[in-house]
Amino acid sequence: LSLSQVENTGKAAASDVLLAFPPTEAEHLAEVKAQAASGKKRKKTYAHLIVEPTDVPDAPNGAKGFRLALHNPLSPGETTTIEVLYMLTHSMEPFPAEISQSDPQLVYYRDSAYILSPYRIKQQTTFIKTPSTNVQSFSRVEPTNRAGMELKYGPYEDLPAYSYSPVLVHFENNNPFAVVEELVREVEISHWGNLQITEHYTLAHGGAKLKGVFSRVDYQSRPSASGVSSFKNLLARLPPRVHSVYYRDEIGNISSSRLRTDSRKSELEIEPRYPLFGGWKSTFIIGYGLPLEDFLFESTDGKRYLNFTFGCPLSGTVVDKLTLKVVLPEGSKDPSAVIPFPVEEHMETKYSYLDVVGRPVLVLEKKNVVPEHNIPFQVYYTFNPIFMLAEPLMLVSTVFFLFASCVAYLHIDISIRKG
Amino acid sequence: MASPESAVNGPTMTAGAASKSLRNAFGGVIAFIILVLIGVLAFSIRLFSVIKYESVIHEFDPYFNYRVTQFLSKNGIYDFWNWFDDRTWYPLGRVIGGTVYPGLTLTAGTIWKVVNSLNIPLSVETVCVFTAPIFSAFASWAAYLLTKEVKGPGAGLTAAALLAMVPSYISRSVAGSYDNEAVAIFALVFTFYLYIKTLNTGSLFYATLNALAYFYMVCSWGGYTFIINLIPMHVLLCIVTGRYSSRLYIAYAPLVVLGTLLASLVPVVGFNAVLTSEHFASFLVFIIIHVVALAYYIKGILSPKMFKVAVTLVVSVGLAVCCAVIAILIAVVASSPTKGWSGRSLTLLDPTYASKYIPIIASVSEHQPPTWPSYFMDINVLAFLVPAGIIACFMPLTDSSSFVILYIVTSVYFSGVMVRLMLVLAPAACILSGIALSEAFNVLTRSIKFQLPGIAGNPSIAVRMWRIMSTSKENGSSTVVAPNDIPKTEEAAKEKPAKKNRKKEKENVEKKPTPSKTEKRLLVLPLEASVIAVLLLVLLGAFYVVHCVWAAAEAYSAPSIVLTSHSNDGGLHVFDDFREAYSWLSHNTDVDDKVASWWDYGYQTTAMANRTVLVDNNTWNNTHIATVGTAMSSPEKQAWEIFHSLDVKYVLVVFGGVVGYPSDDINKFLWMVRIGGGVFPHIKEPDYLRDGQYRIDAQATPTMLNCLMYKLSYFRFVETDGKGFDRVRRTEIGKKHFKLTHFEEVFTTHHWMVRIYKLKPQRNRIRGKTKKSKSSRSVSSKRDVRGKRNPWH
Repeated sequence: LSLSQVENTGKAAASDVLLAFPPTEAEHLAEVKAQAASGKKRKKTYAHLIVEPTDVPDAPNGAKGFRLALHNPLSPGETTTIEVLYMLTHSMEPFPAEISQSDPQLVYYRDSAYILSPYRIKQQTTFIKTPSTNVQSFSRVEPTNRAGMELKYGPYEDLPAYSYSPVLVHFENNNPFAVVEELVREVEISHWGNLQITEHYTLAHGGAKLKGVFSRVDYQSRPSASGVSSFKNLLARLPPRVHSVYYRDEIGNISSSRLRTDSRKSELEIEPRYPLFGGWKSTFIIGYGLPLEDFLFESTDGKRYLNFTFGCPLSGTVVDKLTLKVVLPEGSKDPSAVIPFPVEEHMETKYSYLDVVGRPVLVLEKKNVVPEHNIPFQVYYTFNPIFMLAEPLMLVSTVFFLFASCVAYLHIDISIRKG
Repeated sequence: MASPESAVNGPTMTAGAASKSLRNAFGGVIAFIILVLIGVLAFSIRLFSVIKYESVIHEFDPYFNYRVTQFLSKNGIYDFWNWFDDRTWYPLGRVIGGTVYPGLTLTAGTIWKVVNSLNIPLSVETVCVFTAPIFSAFASWAAYLLTKEVKGPGAGLTAAALLAMVPSYISRSVAGSYDNEAVAIFALVFTFYLYIKTLNTGSLFYATLNALAYFYMVCSWGGYTFIINLIPMHVLLCIVTGRYSSRLYIAYAPLVVLGTLLASLVPVVGFNAVLTSEHFASFLVFIIIHVVALAYYIKGILSPKMFKVAVTLVVSVGLAVCCAVIAILIAVVASSPTKGWSGRSLTLLDPTYASKYIPIIASVSEHQPPTWPSYFMDINVLAFLVPAGIIACFMPLTDSSSFVILYIVTSVYFSGVMVRLMLVLAPAACILSGIALSEAFNVLTRSIKFQLPGIAGNPSIAVRMWRIMSTSKENGSSTVVAPNDIPKTEEAAKEKPAKKNRKKEKENVEKKPTPSKTEKRLLVLPLEASVIAVLLLVLLGAFYVVHCVWAAAEAYSAPSIVLTSHSNDGGLHVFDDFREAYSWLSHNTDVDDKVASWWDYGYQTTAMANRTVLVDNNTWNNTHIATVGTAMSSPEKQAWEIFHSLDVKYVLVVFGGVVGYPSDDINKFLWMVRIGGGVFPHIKEPDYLRDGQYRIDAQATPTMLNCLMYKLSYFRFVETDGKGFDRVRRTEIGKKHFKLTHFEEVFTTHHWMVRIYKLKPQRNRIRGKTKKSKSSRSVSSKRDVRGKRNPWH
């Protein structure tokens, strides 16, 4: 999984702080979080800071900037500690790019020994943690140390602004690189008491491609030595009280899944039709129903709102593109979404069972979604319960007219001859 | 739905008295409710496959129909007619629009369109899965109508109930079995109904409807030739037995004219509707019926003496002309090698034809003749009831009952030739058994009824019966016209509560009022005997129901792409290897890659994996199939050359040796050899047999052990258990350790049932031009020696 968690602490002085990322990283940036720490060790308190993208006018080579607004403006000479957490997707590149079934998977990780920053840096140290002790090679930017699973670059002192020194680490990483290339989640609200969720996955193994043969003999008889970087099952964490779960693809049901439910969570363990090796793809659909009362509430101003989790329920995966469609019941008005991070929004109309005017659909799109995005969001809308009765009334009247016309037909003599 | 309604209306109109019309209406409503329940039964008994497995398309052909329906729903009807499919029969392709019977796809496509225009979001797959059960409900209603025309509504209801659950029809119409036969049986029975209806009424309206129903049948299934031969046979029979009437003329002549015109509108039939021998009988009878009509007309206007003179004159001249015409016809027909018949029709006329000349028809298991147990399996007790039904049809013999007899006789013959045509037999068997049961109950319950007042078992019912009897006596002859009034009232009184045994109850109530009471008295059987016989018949019906439900639930509900087995602890183990392989192909190969496999898997590969195949289940090009068969039976290098010349990138084989799946490619292999050898003579069947025995163990011939199919099936198989024990053939394989030089394994499914190999790329030519020309020369000389080896070189 190409989640590299790099933590950096820096010291700065101004009312807001700029962060910079090289363009290649900015493309795969999933999340930037910052918090200001105050107090001594052990008793640190953290204050969450607002991060928003911004243009840095004099940035070299198209570096992207982010602005942190500090709670208390720093007067010159003062110092504060800010912790920035950012996540990148697809930051590791498998090398060799193609491996055979029995090879371990080796990856490159590229970064800079110095953090890219618009400010002059007084002192900096970079630590890189690798998932295994098998590190093939790493660039040296003295002073560099390697101890076990950790690489230490630095400390460096007095670096000018925007200094950059590429480092390359080549190490073994047999974690399965499960990448959901596209995920379309559809949340359909029915005021009859059900919340129906349908999730369309396009899953790929983003690691080193399988070269040549896939041998079932090797895979089955020597599971430890063969296909170490492949994966064959995934775990989806679903809300509790889930019902009518199905797992299928376009050619039918996939029988290899297991559902465990308890009062706090449901876990759906799924196996794609075949184990995924590097470069292999698969598509499937998961659908389930949830009781509406767990997710739909009425706000104080009479609006209704849906409180649901954004993000992908599959654990340990990264989603390249997530489209979340909230299908509101027919006749609902003024939908608006409250989401704690920026997403693209637009409206659609969907026609489902016997709809006349169609259901409004709020479509939310976001790229580079990581498990940290699995946080609740809200969709507010107004809905008049009388619309619930529209479709039953339609059916009832159709049947009524059918019988009425039957009665009429049987009682009217339309023959020309006189009996 | 209009037809049952008219059935309700019919008796109502004819009834005279007000009370009687009320009772008639009541009976009609009961009959209507029973028919609705029969429809529900027919639909729901076919849902076992969905409940036990899943809502998925079954088998092989339905996948093709499903794919065509998908195309139709996506691209519309005009693109469908012009659809040239380049995903199959590579590199030839196939014109789907012109070579497919469109009835089923158009039906499902229309249903899908209607449903979606109502904003009911059903997928094409769902519609396809449930088309067959819906149409089997229609078919049982059609059977009701047909039998009602022949022997009255009681027999009709019984026949409909029997047809709703006859295992033979269930086998082809379970949910998911999306095949032509599913709608065709409805069309067949409905066409026969309209024919009989026209014959009974002489109405041109029904004759036109009949032609339209025939058109629908032509759209749906190649089996329409059965109709266009059976009806002329019946007409001929009527003429010969002196039953010619103007009603017969109206029933037949419009059908031939309109029906042929309409049939030639279907692209797949086209001019075949007038050119092939299958249709000659209808035209011949068309001429005869006109001659006969003319004769009857002349007989009407001439005096008997003059008529005799005219007959001798006409007969002598006519015979001479006829002889000449027939001679010319025979000459024309004989000049074509197949005598103007298609291979499948010839197989029907001469059961040994296919095995002699067309191994590809003989290789399909459903084209084999059935065994005796399969009769019992497929029509169960109906097999014993049919003779009784035939006897019942003879008393009295009418135009319509003679048709039914003719229908059962011909369909018994056809079902004896091909197991697949058991399906045509099933409706006939149901109709005749319905008649038999209904007549039997009629006689027995009447006997009981006449003797019951003396016994006084249940006074209220007895009194009511007595009252009914007396009313029927009063009405006298009018009861003959409206036969269904009395049973229905009684049915309402006593049968309605127990809905469970609907079928038997219906049988119970069948009583055909007879003209006079004195005649009835003569037919009375002893009370005890009647009661026991009724019980036995009910028991027989119960056996039938139990058998049908068992067949629907166990025997015919498996979708064949998913296999299940029960483990010892009662758990269910699912073998989903086919879809695993197709899914792998569809996601992990290039969209234009060509996949070679034996033709059985062609439809599924195109539908589920969306990859181009060389051959598929529409076996229209024998040479192409033989090429694949030859490749599979050749050694690796030659096979690679054949496949490479056809742009094949992957080869798919089905192998059951690990889990014991018997219908795998090794078991089908002899057919590949036979079909391949039929076109490319260097493949000889004896090379693959040791002393006439097909074996793959150490005794097998070297040709067998070196052929591609053996190698692809058993590559590295020995490493699974160390011995290479094949669980299907129950033997250790002959050659255990070998390497593949021209193919590489790219995917094998979980239970090894499907193995996919990739052709290795051509080797680099290292040694310059001289070697190259030499090698090509050697290849060409080899080709000369072997003659016709690979048409694609």
